[in-house]
Amino acid sequence: MDNTILFEELVRPGATWSHVLKRGTALRIVDLEGAANVGAIFYNWENPAERYNMPDTLKAQHVGRLTAGCALYSDMGRVLCSITGDTTGWHDPLSGCSNAALVRTKYGEAGYQEYRNDCYKNAYDSFAIELAKYGLAERDMAAPVNFFSKVVVNQDGDMRFIPAHSKAGSAIQLRAEMNVLVILNTCPHPLDPNPKYEPRPVHLSIRSVPPPGPDDPCRVFRPENGRGFILTERYFL
Amino acid sequence: MNGKNLVESQLDPATAVYDATVPAGEPWIHEIRQGQYFRIVDVDGNQAADTLFYNAYDFQDRYSAQDTIRTQRNIYLTTGTKLISSKGNTLLTIVADTCGRHDTLGGACATESNMVRYAIEKRYMHACRQSFVRAVIGWDPAYGKRDITHNINFFMNVPVTEDGQLTFEDGVSGAGKYVEMRAEMDVAAVISNCPQLNNPCNDYNPTPVRVLIWEPGA
Repeated sequence: MDNTILFEELVRPGATWSHVLKRGTALRIVDLEGAANVGAIFYNWENPAERYNMPDTLKAQHVGRLTAGCALYSDMGRVLCSITGDTTGWHDPLSGCSNAALVRTKYGEAGYQEYRNDCYKNAYDSFAIELAKYGLAERDMAAPVNFFSKVVVNQDGDMRFIPAHSKAGSAIQLRAEMNVLVILNTCPHPLDPNPKYEPRPVHLSIRSVPPPGPDDPCRVFRPENGRGFILTERYFL
Repeated sequence: MNGKNLVESQLDPATAVYDATVPAGEPWIHEIRQGQYFRIVDVDGNQAADTLFYNAYDFQDRYSAQDTIRTQRNIYLTTGTKLISSKGNTLLTIVADTCGRHDTLGGACATESNMVRYAIEKRYMHACRQSFVRAVIGWDPAYGKRDITHNINFFMNVPVTEDGQLTFEDGVSGAGKYVEMRAEMDVAAVISNCPQLNNPCNDYNPTPVRVLIWEPGA
């Protein structure tokens, strides 16, 4: 693999970042300190009405968690990104994002006037603001993924957050299979029981990567993914 | 903790102010006002009723699967569940349920996802997201596919295992089972009565559902 880094960036705790990730590149996210959470949403940049779809992603692959080999499906049967590397084994697609009321109830008030750029952020408003910069709106938000966080479900359906799941240095690599608008933020996971507002920083880097071959691990992860990759490749014909 | 919470309703269908049958494969959309009761009946059994709810005055404020399951810390819906919107409002509360478990994660079938899940040749087959789009654009031309998010599947059972697998289990529903909700604000309810023929979610034989509405205090 050509490991040349095209660019890299540090995302501060509680901050938002966005980029149109080009087909043929991969985004690597590193949890620098451990216990990071990265909420993320994905759109086909050429037609943002096509966007990441949680149920389609889960049921195509029979999964309730995301890890290496998994594809992130759009609602149009195509693969927006695939997970080509993962050192944690579990990322949470179920729990959604924090909002202003949740952050206020859990952590109290910390406005810009007193706290400057360490003021408390919530993921919902962070996504909505960033979406607006691309001509999109709250109606375009659906179900974010929470990278580096683990929430398990028992047989009665109860959801349980696993603290300290991600260790310092944990990494995930997302290969763009289309030109994908990715919006992410480092706000705390909404089920994180930590009573203190302690978001963590992550390091991002983008590399050129080869296209997925016939025995690419994501393509052969499930028969469904084989069809998902065919439909994605047809889009570019 | 939120196991199956089987509760029967005392409401009499004879006193309902609205009573309609939605055939398999058809969309349905209707306003339900604050305080009204809304029941969906699985008439013949094992029929998935794919359902979305919107704030009647703000389509950007709508049923959110993730906010609903996170708020109650449980992925299944049953009596007592509050259906939470994307802006944190309680749209409706489930007040009766003779089925006991309803799915929040399986989403709606689509012509495109059918190609992925079953075969690329399945594209021609009718699917829930066709019905959802038809329903919302007929309600208001300002609405469209962007407003179709992750729906409830009433009468469907899609468990997640402790090791993170998603499974599709036999239906927990049966003929005549129902779920009933009280609207906590004015909402638009949208149903796609699922036409899926490629998996057992409708027992390979999609059938009608019945929808009823009662006035507050009925």
